[in-house]
Amino acid sequence: MNTVFLIVTLALVWAGISGSFSGLNLLLGAIVGGVAVLVLRETFAGPKALRRIRRVVSLALLFFYELIVSAVRVALVVIRPDISNAVRPAIIAVPLTVKSDAEITLLANMITLTPGTLSVDVAADKSVLYVHALHMADKEAMIADIANGFEKKIREVFE
Amino acid sequence: MLEGLELYLGGILLLIGAAFTLLAAVGVVRLPDLYTRMHAASKAGAVGGGLILLAVAVLSQDAAVSIRAIIGVLFVLLTTPVSAHLLAKASYLTGYRPCKETVIDDIAKIEE
Repeated sequence: MNTVFLIVTLALVWAGISGSFSGLNLLLGAIVGGVAVLVLRETFAGPKALRRIRRVVSLALLFFYELIVSAVRVALVVIRPDISNAVRPAIIAVPLTVKSDAEITLLANMITLTPGTLSVDVAADKSVLYVHALHMADKEAMIADIANGFEKKIREVFE
Repeated sequence: MLEGLELYLGGILLLIGAAFTLLAAVGVVRLPDLYTRMHAASKAGAVGGGLILLAVAVLSQDAAVSIRAIIGVLFVLLTTPVSAHLLAKASYLTGYRPCKETVIDDIAKIEE
């Protein structure tokens, strides 16, 4: 939290010095401040907080990449003339290793926005997430994909 | 020069966003059942709407508008999956079964 506060302060100082509080200028100040904080991290930020920020950023980057890939893939399926061959829908049960409500919500939301998958339901005891796949090739591979991708990263952020 | 650049970037974002929104609508018409349709509506729809809002942020030249547009993108990304999930769950609970092409249905297995 200290680091975020520091970056915001640096961005405001940057905007104040350069005499313009426009959004772009504030963003530029935040980027410069972020780089400065990154370079000088040993001097003021605890290593634990910084590792967590890095994990949040890494999760966000993975998410945006997967989001674009998924939108492009759905768009490509939609414009295929032989659409019924392109879809092979399935509802599969994915065992959950994350336990808290916040983690499950985040995971379910991210699954919906990533390639070929859509969360339908979560089991009453929170042990299983039911996921609808637009084109299922291999059930085990798909479950492993979710477990090693988002679920692992979400666990790292929340631990 | 910078203003020209912003104009081009905003225009390109707007066109890509509109294209994704159109394809999402085509998907809703062409896909076989509600669950597959939600794929098109939630993914392509969210990206399309998000890109259009980003175009607004780039083109507006006003920090207040830009920040609100970017917050709008975040809320679109937060709420679209929730509505897709609720629609899918509600239709499953009311008895709307997946289309006949569906290869595996683990929920039905549990209920049997």
